[in-house]
Amino acid sequence: MSIRDAWRSTEPVRLEDHGVDTRHQARQIFRRRILLAAFIALAVFAILLWRAAFLQVDRHAHFSELAESNRTRTLVIPPERGRIFDDAGRVVADNIATFQVQITREDATNLKQELTILQEVLNLDDDTMNDLRERIRFGRSFDPMLVKSDLTPFEMAKIAQLQPWLPGVEIHSSLKRVYPYRQLLAHVVGYVGRINVADLKRINPDVYQGTQYIGKSGIERQYEDVLHGTPGHKDVEVDALGRVVKVLNIVRPIPGKDIHLSLDVPLQGIAAAALGAFSGAVVVEDPRTGAIKAMVSRPSFDPNLFVDGISQKNYKALLDDPERPLFDRAMTATYPPGSTIKPVMALAGLQAGIVDPNKKFFAGPYFQIPGDEHRYRDWQRWGHGWVTLDDAITQSCDVYFYDLAFRLGIDKLHQFLTEFGLGAKTGIDLPGESSGLVPSREWKRKTKNQAWYPGETVIAGIGQGYMLTTILQLAQTTATLAESGKRFRPWLVKTNELAEPSIVMNHASYWNDVRHGMFDVVNSPKGTARRIAAPYLIAGKTGTAQVFTVAQNARYNAKALAQKLHDHALFIGFAPYDDPRIAVAIIAEHGGSGAGTTAPMARKIMDYALGYQAKAPVKIELINHGD
Amino acid sequence: MAIKLIRKRATSGGERLHRGGPLGGSARWQQKAASILAVIRRINYDPVLLFFLMLIAAIGLVAGYSASEQSVVWVEKSAFRFALAFLLMLAIAQIPQRFFFTIAPWLFGFVVLLLVAVYLFGDIGKGARRWLDLGFIRFQPAEFLKLGMPMMLAWFLAKRPLPPRFLDVLIALMLIAIPTILIILQPDLGTAILVMMAGIFVLFFAGLSWWYVLAFVLAVSAAAPMMWFYVMHDYQKERVLTLFNPMADPLGAGYHTIQSMIAIGSGGIWGKGWLQGTQSHLNFLPEGTTDFILAVYAEEFGLMGLIILFSLYLAVIWRGLMIAAYAESTAGRMLAAAISMTFLVYVFVNAGMVIGILPVVGVPLPLMSYGGTALVTIMIALGMLMSIRTQRSFLGHER
Repeated sequence: MSIRDAWRSTEPVRLEDHGVDTRHQARQIFRRRILLAAFIALAVFAILLWRAAFLQVDRHAHFSELAESNRTRTLVIPPERGRIFDDAGRVVADNIATFQVQITREDATNLKQELTILQEVLNLDDDTMNDLRERIRFGRSFDPMLVKSDLTPFEMAKIAQLQPWLPGVEIHSSLKRVYPYRQLLAHVVGYVGRINVADLKRINPDVYQGTQYIGKSGIERQYEDVLHGTPGHKDVEVDALGRVVKVLNIVRPIPGKDIHLSLDVPLQGIAAAALGAFSGAVVVEDPRTGAIKAMVSRPSFDPNLFVDGISQKNYKALLDDPERPLFDRAMTATYPPGSTIKPVMALAGLQAGIVDPNKKFFAGPYFQIPGDEHRYRDWQRWGHGWVTLDDAITQSCDVYFYDLAFRLGIDKLHQFLTEFGLGAKTGIDLPGESSGLVPSREWKRKTKNQAWYPGETVIAGIGQGYMLTTILQLAQTTATLAESGKRFRPWLVKTNELAEPSIVMNHASYWNDVRHGMFDVVNSPKGTARRIAAPYLIAGKTGTAQVFTVAQNARYNAKALAQKLHDHALFIGFAPYDDPRIAVAIIAEHGGSGAGTTAPMARKIMDYALGYQAKAPVKIELINHGD
Repeated sequence: MAIKLIRKRATSGGERLHRGGPLGGSARWQQKAASILAVIRRINYDPVLLFFLMLIAAIGLVAGYSASEQSVVWVEKSAFRFALAFLLMLAIAQIPQRFFFTIAPWLFGFVVLLLVAVYLFGDIGKGARRWLDLGFIRFQPAEFLKLGMPMMLAWFLAKRPLPPRFLDVLIALMLIAIPTILIILQPDLGTAILVMMAGIFVLFFAGLSWWYVLAFVLAVSAAAPMMWFYVMHDYQKERVLTLFNPMADPLGAGYHTIQSMIAIGSGGIWGKGWLQGTQSHLNFLPEGTTDFILAVYAEEFGLMGLIILFSLYLAVIWRGLMIAAYAESTAGRMLAAAISMTFLVYVFVNAGMVIGILPVVGVPLPLMSYGGTALVTIMIALGMLMSIRTQRSFLGHER
């Protein structure tokens, strides 16, 4: 009989191997081992208690001392954030005091009644009250719990009046970031918000202890280090429950530094109003220094919404808005520059020696690459006839620049435009700037893995095709043209001011050839922007950029569709012609033509900036920030 | 496993309820009540074990209230968890023990497969690959093995002649080694040790010859240096080194140990009194409600408190060993003894860590620490213990 069979049978069986019933033997062993296990358990607890007794009896005095010395705490005092001012000292980002009611459980003599009073006085709904009760129950008895923030004066008065019935209730004040000009400066000044996980990765948590805000965008983010300041701290002694008993030492915080921007708020307001209902952007730069006087992106949003955490609903509304108000059209968005690039093209041609400013060129209705059928049409169906360089700029003659670009070739074109600062960030002191794009053979091979076609050079001549610029870059280009090659890095805060290497032409007269062309755009009877001729001398260049992207499946009504298909209207200009003080670049999305839409906007802005009263003064509605 | 309800007429013989009754004289009502009572009476539980466990849980809530900074909400939550856990334990206690051994090989095989799955495509949490994400639930398969291992081994060995013979010991060791190695690879040394210990306890209680025990002890002492150099990770080594000299890195690896020793030592013989512990309230003691709750308790209730608590734990283990000693089935007694000893290991590893004689490992203190999975495992084990105590069918009569 095998062992297995023996095991299965019900009768106790003598087994062959050892002559004993193994089950019985195992049972005996088991009993002994249980006894042993019980002894092991006893021994284990004896060891634990012996060790505990060693710590709690022998070393008690030592550890008591250590526990006592564990009683000091360091509390952080956050610094006040620096404020932001405009050119003339108007506050564009401020800290204002807000008041909160707090209640402390252990000081409240009749918590239930006090909560009822508070609910009545502060008009709190039941959900808030339930949440508050939960927090009071959950938290430590001596920690004040927030009941309501942003108290109105009426509510404060009411609570002060009821103070005798509200022991343990106190009013606490704290500073809140406010942007008085609301959406007017939203993209430039930016906003602060609660510190989130992504922020924690790039900051030193020690410096931000106790701070609730961090710059999220714009100047607030760029100059975070300057604005933030240095936190102070308070060393305190606490009792067994963590209640502060004594203050041992205080180091006061160093408030953040104030920042003065180059922006001019009224000019910004006029620029925003000039854009009217159009989405678009305006950048106004002082060509003599590179100071940005106005930087508008429309539509905009209210940065105050973000300060204490934006509500899901509001944020969704901003994100879902088809006009994309959060998108900075002045320096993040890139557009084809259209005809506004022609003055730079003209300079490129002059520098390369392929055009003579005085030689007449016959500009027919279209341009053809030799040996190719394709016709590159002029915007004017019948062409411009015999034109000089000056005429070509003045009338925005496409054929002239097709020919110029074709003869120049993409390599030289790319080189000159890059030298001019296009296709690279201008270096303005704001986060999120785009670099735009000046196409080249190499770029196309890398990104599209295709060879460069001569036809693409031709359309690059009028700022179409792959070429993309930001409005800030256009303003910077205009400033360079205004200053005949002297360049400054654009800045909002003086510390970012920097003279960049000038652009030197083979003949200094080239600058004047081009600048005079721009002068004639406004001041000659044939100029495209002749409507805006002013008592002071404006030089400029209109432009129209084809809209490439029309959403195929989006549903618009007929009128909106037509609007969406309109070209973007652009204008660049500087004034006064002989001693430029401002340079302007404007885009109005779907604005139609630069001459009709954006040039008059530039006029309004220049009128104000240069202190002129226009013949028919524009009615400017400054964005209301009083309420 | 049908529920057999024996209905007896309420009016018959000595079991008759008193006439008229407090709630009226309806015989039907009385019949119903009697049958419900009969079922309730048949609910299987071990009063002694239940009593000690509830005392420990009560102490856990008292210490937890202090450790959670006097949060009523925490106590409510914790009490609710305990209540659920006790219900789970009672539910498990109703299952006939045969069931545990029927499912043992399937459970074991399945969990080992899961471990392989974790090894191949587990989720990485806290730097270790322990979790398996099934989309709707993430869990640690290793946790199942804390019970699955002793169940499997008890099932396996009970079918073979006892004391086990060489070949059987070899197979049993393989059964222990495979999942243990898989868990070490995760790496989760704490769980691996608990799982391995549970298996070894079963072997030990099966009557393993002392020669094997001796060989095992020798093997462990030989393997320890190997583990140190090849298996253990840096953070694990650091914890062991810290144990020998916690002051070497008082703010880093030694912080937990030092703060916990200060808490315990400053408690003295009688303790600082409930809610008076400074170490935990000033947040010097991390994880006061979970792994280090014993330090909070020892600070506030002193050595006397520890003696009471340890006595309760000892009582639980003693009761478990008694159940094992009186169990009739071979598999049942081995499982019961292994569960009792695993319980001891839990208490020893946690208390040893808090008290500064063992390295910091994430092992909770049974019924005191606030933690979901570990509590569930422990309560299932205790429920099995109760089921083994009475050899009977589901809600049936005692045999």
